[in-house]
Amino acid sequence: MSDTSTPPGLNGVNVEHLLGARNILGDQPEAGQFKWRVTNEWLHGTHSKTQVEGYFGLGQENDHKASYSFESDHPLVFAAEDNAATPVEIVLTGLASCLTAGVAAVAQVREIQLRSVKATVEADMDIAGILGADPEVRNGFSNVKVSYDIDADATPADIEALVAQSQKRSAVYDILTNPTNVTVEVN
Amino acid sequence: MQTTTVVVGAGHAGLAVSHCLAARGIDHVVIERGEVAHTWRTERWESLRLLTPNWQTKVPGLAYDGDDPDGFMTAAEVVAFIEHYARLVDPPLETGTIVESLTKNGDGYQVVTDRGTWRCATVVIASGGFNIPKFPPVAAALPGTIESVTPMDYTRPSALPDGAVLVVGASATGVQIADEVHRSGRPVTLAVGEHVRMPRTYRGKDILWWMDRTGLHDERYDEVDDIVRARRVPSPQLVGTPERATLNLNDLTDRGVRLVGSIAGFSEGKAQFSGSLRNKCNLADLKQGRLLDTIDEWVDENGCGDEFEPPHRFEPTRVEESPPLTLDLASEGVRTVIWATGYEPDHSWVDLPVFDRKGRLRHEGGVVTEAPGVYRIGLNFLRRRKSSFIHGTADDARDLTDHLARHIGADAARS
Repeated sequence: MSDTSTPPGLNGVNVEHLLGARNILGDQPEAGQFKWRVTNEWLHGTHSKTQVEGYFGLGQENDHKASYSFESDHPLVFAAEDNAATPVEIVLTGLASCLTAGVAAVAQVREIQLRSVKATVEADMDIAGILGADPEVRNGFSNVKVSYDIDADATPADIEALVAQSQKRSAVYDILTNPTNVTVEVN
Repeated sequence: MQTTTVVVGAGHAGLAVSHCLAARGIDHVVIERGEVAHTWRTERWESLRLLTPNWQTKVPGLAYDGDDPDGFMTAAEVVAFIEHYARLVDPPLETGTIVESLTKNGDGYQVVTDRGTWRCATVVIASGGFNIPKFPPVAAALPGTIESVTPMDYTRPSALPDGAVLVVGASATGVQIADEVHRSGRPVTLAVGEHVRMPRTYRGKDILWWMDRTGLHDERYDEVDDIVRARRVPSPQLVGTPERATLNLNDLTDRGVRLVGSIAGFSEGKAQFSGSLRNKCNLADLKQGRLLDTIDEWVDENGCGDEFEPPHRFEPTRVEESPPLTLDLASEGVRTVIWATGYEPDHSWVDLPVFDRKGRLRHEGGVVTEAPGVYRIGLNFLRRRKSSFIHGTADDARDLTDHLARHIGADAARS
């Protein structure tokens, strides 16, 4: 990273920029309208590849620094080839990454130095749902549990508050805990 | 007391079984907790009419012969029809008798009632398929300030508190109740999950006439790909009215009913709905399209297109751009939730090891194979797609009493 983009010390989150952005949105709420996009292509069996190139936000198209790709497959116990993580594991990846980013950002604002942050995520699922074996069992997770091990210059109560605030501002936490309209079309 | 067969329930199915047993000279008794047609007298809302047209109202030995074959019977008319059937069959009937348990007894069975115990070789359970209202698990989280009503308690809109109503479930019961409650001035939000869309009439004929004619109603339990799934297909969105009107989600939208996704939870005074409304409506539209395709193909194959109106397709279900995902119960003035989320049969008195881990009776087309001599009639897709309809009873009653006769014959041969 170049000097100009290096965020201030502590945890390395450019909080001033984020808070500045919040002020800008007060005057130009339309700048806050983002559209996230991925494209997914089937490879073989249950194996597919998702490409992330750019997104719309702050009133314009933006490119990621590079094109990122994620592969996904299903595990051997489903008689698949297990070429990559299962889609539900990628959902958990999103949850953990989002919460951890939030922990770092909130710690930065509160001037708490983090030394290590580790999250373990476990999600329960009864596959009777996706197999159609029992209509009363939902397809998705029945329960998701995230546990954090955090080493930081803060009291246990402050660390708890960090994690709580991170959930309050997390996009993926909201996505998993609240319903969303989803439309799937065939072109 | 001793008999060959105890029939539990004197609705149309129990009476049909009695008719078939009598025709074979099989000694039996019909036990009824109330009067003949008990549930039709006590557990139906006031405006309810049969989903099936009058010409389809037929049981072994009796068919509708009135002057309105295309009409739909009211609940009172159904009671009168079944009473008429009871006089005709004239079964050995014990009314006002509650069955307390069914247990094994040597080679046969013992049926304990509040008015005595019957010993018998065989039992036919004809106690209805819709005894206990089913709720989704989230119902437990409904705030206590909101009235919770099942279709079994529901009588008429004016019996509900004033204010908005959330109707959960959009099968036959849900759409019918949503319609009349909304018309009463109580604004309705309808939570829509999986549903079966059907027009009342197609190409000039009742949709159920087509189901009969094309053989769909006669499809057997051992012919379909997935009988577990077939048995839990929700009742079609149909209503029986003198106008032979279709009642679909677009009609309800036009009248001001708000559609939302299936109920997902209650949190902080709000009902939450799934974001899958569009998907559920698309699925039902596609499935209706396939049904109409099947009918059109049947007409073409039989070369009888000129006997019917030309084919046409219906407007897809309209779903607003972003259906609401929450409903603030207090600020929207919701006072009542009506759970039109299905029923299950009450087998709590059956003390035999014949249930799966979810408490469902295991049977092969109504033959309870793990308890030889025990039979069930009157469940969804018991033996045929039409099994839960009144006119579906005849074939099932004949098949099952055939089996029963062979069973006691075999017993007689052994002893």
